[in-house]
Amino acid sequence: MTTDMTTKTPEAAAVPPPGADSASKRAQQGHRRLLTRRDRITLALMAGVPTVLHVALVWVTALASILLAFTTWDGIGFDSIKWVGLDNFQQLFNDNPQFWPAVQHNVIWFVALILVPTPLGLFLAIQLDKKIRFSRVYQTAFFLPVVISMACIGFVWQLVYNPDTGLINSLIGANKPGHYIDWIGDPDLNLWAVLVAASWRHTGYMMILYLAGLKSVDPSLREASALDGANEWQTFKNVIFPTLRPTNTVVLVVTIIEALRAFDLVFVFNKGAQGTELLSILVTNNIIGESSRIGYGSAIAVVLLVISLAVIIPYLVATFRKERRS
Amino acid sequence: MRLTPSGLAVPGPSRRSLLRGVGGAALLAGAGIPLLSACGGSGTSSDPKTVSLGSNASDAVPKKAFESVYATFKKQSGITVDVNTKDHNTFQEQINSYLQGTPDDVFNWFAGYRMQFFAAKKLATPIDDVWAKIGDNFPEAMKKLSKGEDGKYYFVPLTTYPWAIFYRKSVFQQHGYKVPATWDELVALCKQMKKDGLVPIAFGDKDAWPAMGTFDQINFRLNGYDFHVELMGGKAAWTDAKVKAVFDHWAELLPYHQDGFMGRTWQDAAQGLVSKKAGMYLLGSFVAQQFTNKADLDDLDFFPFPEINSAYGQDTVEAPTDGFMVSKAPKNHDGVVKLLEYLGSPEAEQSYLKVDPSVVAASSKADTSSYSPLQKKAFDMISGAKTLTQFMDRDSRPDFTSTVMQPGLQKFLQNPKGVDGLLSSIERQKKQIFASS
Repeated sequence: MTTDMTTKTPEAAAVPPPGADSASKRAQQGHRRLLTRRDRITLALMAGVPTVLHVALVWVTALASILLAFTTWDGIGFDSIKWVGLDNFQQLFNDNPQFWPAVQHNVIWFVALILVPTPLGLFLAIQLDKKIRFSRVYQTAFFLPVVISMACIGFVWQLVYNPDTGLINSLIGANKPGHYIDWIGDPDLNLWAVLVAASWRHTGYMMILYLAGLKSVDPSLREASALDGANEWQTFKNVIFPTLRPTNTVVLVVTIIEALRAFDLVFVFNKGAQGTELLSILVTNNIIGESSRIGYGSAIAVVLLVISLAVIIPYLVATFRKERRS
Repeated sequence: MRLTPSGLAVPGPSRRSLLRGVGGAALLAGAGIPLLSACGGSGTSSDPKTVSLGSNASDAVPKKAFESVYATFKKQSGITVDVNTKDHNTFQEQINSYLQGTPDDVFNWFAGYRMQFFAAKKLATPIDDVWAKIGDNFPEAMKKLSKGEDGKYYFVPLTTYPWAIFYRKSVFQQHGYKVPATWDELVALCKQMKKDGLVPIAFGDKDAWPAMGTFDQINFRLNGYDFHVELMGGKAAWTDAKVKAVFDHWAELLPYHQDGFMGRTWQDAAQGLVSKKAGMYLLGSFVAQQFTNKADLDDLDFFPFPEINSAYGQDTVEAPTDGFMVSKAPKNHDGVVKLLEYLGSPEAEQSYLKVDPSVVAASSKADTSSYSPLQKKAFDMISGAKTLTQFMDRDSRPDFTSTVMQPGLQKFLQNPKGVDGLLSSIERQKKQIFASS
């Protein structure tokens, strides 16, 4: 932002009105005067306040939690912080029965979101892009879950899955002794149950992203392929989908972030009980609350951070490389 | 408190905004670091006519009941109690930073290990001077619950309630069941109920804490109070054969528990008892909250968990006790002493119970004439107990119970055969947690 301002204004001022020498001179002086003390203070504030906030809230806390990952601390007084080296990680990898399932579930979460709601969202977007009647109504309906908070979605689906009074079990009569289907509690089922709820929301999100991408596809491309005699599927496969490349990148990144930050839905659903453990929930369980294990929880957070970095850094490198080339 | 909850712990504002971006994950960890002054109390002035009090009584009924107690106290002493109420779960989650910041003079808390923890961390003030006056009002077991590890008093109990097996009198009458006095009788009764088409034991463990209640009962009946305390305190080993025996007993009873318990809340499980589809339910007396119909409530009764080992009989009662503690540097010490002396009196308990009849008085001197039969029975059971326990998550380190025991017990419930591996995993994690501070 700030660079924008400093580069743009002098440029504008440097272009002199044709045939006015004195004016151009004044503009030169004005260029020097452009950054008065007040401007500089304003600039310093505009750049400084966000920087301070960003450093304090993102970098300091991130570094603090990385440092804390090598300590034990119960959160009471700074003198109770004890350096323990790699103990936390060792305990995490070897002795915590919830850790590896949590990693696995985060991965499943990502794969499931990519395999089901993403193609479904693309499909819906293509249908809605055909200018059918009531398109706006459908758009709103499919997008509505994205607007609802994850916690509310958790509550709603809980009502659907409740083993005694829930919609599904009541409809199929699975709420009698001996026939129970425990959607929320059964560790073989609950992750999938919760993923249905997550996909329900994610589909709408993907649909909007793809719809925006499709709107920007040049109509002449369609015309050209129609003239060449391509059918609908061929047009999509060979013409439309390749032009959606930037959208696909965004979708991929969004989905990865969604998978790593999956928390609220599961926390409301069953607090990450067996079968639905997630890294974010382990972090919360260990850190929030009385006599908390802040060092241990930070170690889990660091694992989550490393996974995020491993995913994000290659993406950023690729993006920057492309930008430099163009 | 996690024990009389509405069951639904609504998480705070969506974490979406927190988790965006690369630093999000680490920021989440950072957010948990207590900001020392962030959650301070109201920090009123050192006016000798006010005492500030941090309250976790956010539910309507307890809140109103406490208001009436403080109003009476003001009439008697002229001291105003400035109450700073926070949501129950939030209060509990923020207690660390709250007590380190600028806490109120007096605050609501739980008896037992959870009180001793903060006493040992020097975040509470000993109140032996108060107990010199109110000591006679309480039975021996309550006194024990109010002392820190250093033998000083840190806690004034107000109310308590028992855990027991609840049942419907009419159901027992209809089928001619007898209250079981021993383990074998309990198992036989379960078998009979199953034959009669009832769910023998209602159960819901979605919130993960109800199972801890069952473990507690079997453990102190089978291995006695002393072993239970050692185990909870991290001294005895979870790989001990005695602990294995607890799980063996539990596994014997498990087939008679209600199906699908992992996804069921205690409130839903209690509906089985309300509708007479279930025969028994092991829970705290707050189960009565689910009985909204007066006739149903009158039909509700309970019996203590049956004897397993004749050496211990039924001498222990699980009776979580709520009361008050004093923060590390109260601003109005004289006022605090006066308030606590009043709160430790039978009058204060009676004025509380008038509004909230779901619990009973902790004092043995309180007037029981206005109690319902259920309350009277609970009161007798608690005052007759040789020893009192609080509940697993109050008798042990909360970090151990919430991150190890809750998932551990849920694992057992789903796979009772994998006990050996589970217990050695629990023991390994216990050592790490108890060694950390």
